[in-house]
Amino acid sequence: MMAAIVLVITSTRSLFAVIVLGGVYSFLMATVLVALDAVDVAMTEASVGAGISTVLLLGALHLCKREEAKVLQRPWLPLLVSIGTGVALVYGTLELPAFSDPAAPIHTHVAPRYLQEVMKETGVPNVVTAVLASYRGYDTLGETTVVFTAGVGVIALLRRKRKPGKT
Amino acid sequence: MKGDIVLRVIAKLLLPFIILFALYVQFHGDFGPGGGFQAGVIAAAAMVFYALIFGLDKARRVVPEPLVERMVALGVLIYAGVGVAGMVLGGNFLDYFVLDANPVVGQHRGIFWVEVGVAVTVSGVMLKIFYMFAARGRFDDESREESGQ
Repeated sequence: MMAAIVLVITSTRSLFAVIVLGGVYSFLMATVLVALDAVDVAMTEASVGAGISTVLLLGALHLCKREEAKVLQRPWLPLLVSIGTGVALVYGTLELPAFSDPAAPIHTHVAPRYLQEVMKETGVPNVVTAVLASYRGYDTLGETTVVFTAGVGVIALLRRKRKPGKT
Repeated sequence: MKGDIVLRVIAKLLLPFIILFALYVQFHGDFGPGGGFQAGVIAAAAMVFYALIFGLDKARRVVPEPLVERMVALGVLIYAGVGVAGMVLGGNFLDYFVLDANPVVGQHRGIFWVEVGVAVTVSGVMLKIFYMFAARGRFDDESREESGQ
């Protein structure tokens, strides 16, 4: 289903359809994440991927043409590079432990300690929140700063000058 | 789109619930899925929804742009402020245990304020980006001519 959507996105010329299909893709991705028990991530994916970014892309579409420009030359070299990268990445995953393998390093490092000690140390039943805000507080501070920087960047680029005729 | 009575009525019915849900996600994030990021995005989405139905100018009157710009910085400052508060009270940066006599309560307090900071920055940034994009389109071309900006 998701592969079909990606195929349609790459083949269609209408940018409006691409944006709407991108929202559909995000919702499907959110469903996959719910199936993987990652409800927090699914929520973020649904609200950011399908909600806000669809609206922002539609807003951007307002400012440009609705049709994708015709390609000038056949993009064989970029296609080759991306296929090569994809093959390399898939090759890299072959050595990874099997999905939900309890002996995988990620499940034996700090995760058990978080799961066992979280109630005693923080009293927060949602481990995701505890890890995000407390155990990994520095990372989340960095993330917030990234969001802040993105906002500042957009303001710096798009703020309208007061002079007339210059938008 | 502004004239459609169905859209306006439905929007007015839905908006309180969207904002309530954002607050629920924010303050219930300790116990269920959710947290500052999601709550901030939902709150911003509520305002974007309002702006889409009632027009950008009305949305700007509800949440004025200087406020949004201050929210962008304020959230990070709240987050970092929690860290500095931990240092002032004798712990490390972002050490929540010292925020209260009871370490668990201190953790709760720290996580609460950190999530508030994240929510404020995220909703501010999302709303600001939407305002900037929408303001460049034909959304408020009429209003720009009126106000002479």
